[in-house]
Amino acid sequence: MLEIKNLHARSEDTEILKGINLSVAAGEVHAIMGPNGSGKSTLAHVLAGREDYEITEGEVTYDGKDLLDMEIEERAAEGVFLAYQYPVEISGVSNKYFLKAAINSIRKHNEQPLISRGDFVAMLKEKLALLGMDKSMMDRSVNEGFSGGEKKRNEILQMAMLEPKLAILDETDSGLDIDALKIVSEGVNALRSPERAIVVVTHYQRLLDYIVPDKVHVLAGGKIVRSGDKSLALELEDKGYSFLNEGTEAVAAS
Amino acid sequence: MSSENALLEEYAQREYEHGFITDIEADSIPAGLSEDVVRLISQKKNEPEWLLEWRLKAYRHWLTLEEPNWHNVKFPPIDYQASVYYSAPKQKPKLNSLDEVDPVLLETYEKLGIPLEEQKVLANVAVDAVFDSVSIVTTFRETLEKHGVIFCPFSEAVQRFPELVQKYLGSVVPYSDNFYASLNSAVFSDGSFCYIPKGVRCPMELSTYFRINAQNTGQFERTLIIAEEGSYVSYLEGCTAPKRDENQLHAAVVELVAMDDAQIKYSTVQNWYPGDAEGKGGIYNFVTKRGACRGENSKISWTQVETGSAITWKYPSVILQGDNSVGEFYSVAVTANHQQADTGTKMIHIGKNTKSTIISKGISAGVGQNSYRGEVKIMKGATNARNFSQCDSLLIGDRCGAHTFPYIEVRNTTGKVEHEASTSKVGEDQIYYLRQRGLPTEDAVNMIVNGFCKEVYDVLPMEFAVEARKLLNVSLEGSVG
Repeated sequence: MLEIKNLHARSEDTEILKGINLSVAAGEVHAIMGPNGSGKSTLAHVLAGREDYEITEGEVTYDGKDLLDMEIEERAAEGVFLAYQYPVEISGVSNKYFLKAAINSIRKHNEQPLISRGDFVAMLKEKLALLGMDKSMMDRSVNEGFSGGEKKRNEILQMAMLEPKLAILDETDSGLDIDALKIVSEGVNALRSPERAIVVVTHYQRLLDYIVPDKVHVLAGGKIVRSGDKSLALELEDKGYSFLNEGTEAVAAS
Repeated sequence: MSSENALLEEYAQREYEHGFITDIEADSIPAGLSEDVVRLISQKKNEPEWLLEWRLKAYRHWLTLEEPNWHNVKFPPIDYQASVYYSAPKQKPKLNSLDEVDPVLLETYEKLGIPLEEQKVLANVAVDAVFDSVSIVTTFRETLEKHGVIFCPFSEAVQRFPELVQKYLGSVVPYSDNFYASLNSAVFSDGSFCYIPKGVRCPMELSTYFRINAQNTGQFERTLIIAEEGSYVSYLEGCTAPKRDENQLHAAVVELVAMDDAQIKYSTVQNWYPGDAEGKGGIYNFVTKRGACRGENSKISWTQVETGSAITWKYPSVILQGDNSVGEFYSVAVTANHQQADTGTKMIHIGKNTKSTIISKGISAGVGQNSYRGEVKIMKGATNARNFSQCDSLLIGDRCGAHTFPYIEVRNTTGKVEHEASTSKVGEDQIYYLRQRGLPTEDAVNMIVNGFCKEVYDVLPMEFAVEARKLLNVSLEGSVG
């Protein structure tokens, strides 16, 4: 589904991604871990298409297409979804209106009929229940005045409503208490499916207790320095990121 | 320049849709302004002597005035002798039915989305169509008259209801009020007259659609709305003009009078030609609008969506005379390309327990300059007066400007005045977020802009809210309820 080859990206004069190689198949959940400043969030935003970054080298193939050649909204319409670490507030636009507009934009792009009011309401009701959200949230402005936990839950709600093929979760666990973390994780787990790939970007291992990944990658200094199964996350939890320094050098030297 | 910025610029330069010209023979007088011209206009309208005298007084006073220069807008000096002060499409002097209206005119309004045949129009809106200096037709008059509501062209009211006109004309905006109001008082042509009798809730929305068509011609309409005790009326006003290279002057006066327990809701969607992308042409919209809450518990609300005009200069105000009276001002003003707006309101609290609310949303794009200017005055006798003002500015791109000039004067210690102001930019992060959810940039900007205006749209009558959103090029229609 997603094939990243030797990806280099820079922001202004700083090179942040220095040759990422990653392959994610449909149905898999990958976790990308790493210390602060390692380039985790940059990788997430480069995949979503944020224009602050310059791709200097490498390629990304998504569903057989050149992802880097696509506009942000085109990627979204083709099924790429990013759950933001810091969701953005849109004043005066109700959550419900925003969701429906997003669904219909994507449908329009894919030449599908617009969603009917009835279908939309039924779907929304189901997904709200899944995430334990009150329907009154739908009449509030997008993310405005939401608590940190509400914002994160709202991201997962959008993901549930938009049914992406590739979902990237950027630090979705940050700012969540343990109860909220469980609910959000259950929401994500409910979306696991053989057709869908999920990439979870996180600093801490605890999220992975709830969203159990098929593969774990460690990003440091703009490169993936180690890959393994879920036990790698536990090892990191145990030893911290400092042990990676040796590893990074080892990779760099090789 | 990032592609987002390029698209923002494109958004800011959206095309004007109503710029066509109607080819119709007109009865126009030569350009220029003098006592003779004032007399000629009055004569063409077959006016009583007192009205001619009033016009002349206004004209003589106007000669002593200088153009105001305190506003935050710039334009080359206006040559008042170069403008034509009266132009009317040639047609039969007296129209008995719509069948007698020149089909070219009906077509014009149809094209503007304002069909005048009663079976076609929105069932609950009566329309007075003003074309250059005259009213073409007023719909639903019979229905309204059954309820005792008078809704007719101003010039007709002068003939049929001279006592009412004489009693109220200039009672809220005197002919000496300001430079443009004096000019209007001297040369005003047509406009709408509404009278809602005691205890009547007007059964439909009243609306006037103003169209400037003739070249080099100013439009100087005069509107007067009187709501007697316990009555209610909602009035809508729309405006467009063809694309022309030279600037045209529109100097209107609107006076509202609300008696005890009466309520007037006045909504404007102003879409005069704003000039081209280089700032050539466009309407100078210099308007004086004022309402008097004469009676106790009366209420006047101004709602305006100002998207057009090269320059907008207007301050719809409320004089809160009656105890417990309420004044409201809700405004969205958009300046794109080279447009300039200096707009706001005045709330003058005179009666006890009077309340006013001001919500102003200024949107600037291109090199547009948008100023909010508002005055809140609490007079000595206005015990327990309250005002709340909120002025928000939204900037699109980085070459435009937003300015706020609030004036507050409180002469009664029990008065309470609150003022909030904010300035924000349509953020690249907001656009990025919406695009990541599948919305193309243009839809994303529209969504952000319309969200910003929501508080004002919420108080617009439904048809107008739809029109307003369309004007900002958005399809929020059929939004989830």
